[in-house]
Amino acid sequence: MIKLTEYLTAINGINHTPALDPDAVEIHGAYVSDMLSDVMGSAKPDEAWITIMKHLNVIAVASMTGIPVIIFAKGNTPDAAVCDKALEESISLVSSTLSTFELAGILYNLLRS
Amino acid sequence: MAEYWYYADGFEERVQEQLHNNPEAEVDLDFAIPEKDFNTAGKGSSELKNLLKRLGVDSDVLRRIAVASYEAEINVAAHSKGGVMKSAVHDDLIHVRFEDDGPGIADIEQAMIPGYSTADDLVRELGFGAGLGLPNIKKNSDAMHIVSDIGSSTLLEFFIFFG
Repeated sequence: MIKLTEYLTAINGINHTPALDPDAVEIHGAYVSDMLSDVMGSAKPDEAWITIMKHLNVIAVASMTGIPVIIFAKGNTPDAAVCDKALEESISLVSSTLSTFELAGILYNLLRS
Repeated sequence: MAEYWYYADGFEERVQEQLHNNPEAEVDLDFAIPEKDFNTAGKGSSELKNLLKRLGVDSDVLRRIAVASYEAEINVAAHSKGGVMKSAVHDDLIHVRFEDDGPGIADIEQAMIPGYSTADDLVRELGFGAGLGLPNIKKNSDAMHIVSDIGSSTLLEFFIFFG
């Protein structure tokens, strides 16, 4: 397990939900997909979600699935309405310029070191 | 008219008993689901999830209910002319009905196949339309029932027991 704070540093991430303490968010694993039903069908609760999708339904999917943090790859930045909804649902949102592959690789190594 | 029933192992009798006795629900929640409105679709599931959480429903069960109902709401918004979500919360289970205004499912068995989808470009751009909606509802339900007629309407209902 690592804390979101550690991952944010490793990926040079931007935290879009600073009101949620990144030190209190634990990452045990992740699911990588841009198909929303695939995430709902296969992601496990408490996993981080790495994706390029950033519209409002993404927050609903994370909420229904029990995902505490979404990492947006390739510099994708959610708009204010999406960030507000995420705060309401206590879901942390992070952006990074890195690719999905790099984001997953870095997290994989951190979790296993 | 075409009909489809799915029961998880050991649940057929419990579900049929529930339908036969038709007890009054502890709480009823109704939501409208407008056609192609993907911001409104999800509100019903979200409210339902919050209510059940307050009632102390186990988190794994809660998650199954949330995923099944959200998928069904998205299905109504994506594929129908709009409809309603009617949740009936009982002591030991939840029964959620989705009734739409058509146009009906051409082939239910085919629609149940993972990966089969008739979603349009708008729906696919949002990341839906993977053909996993109905399979996800089935996977998370103790029982699922679809009644549909092409050119008419569709009823989808699922049952999930709390313990």
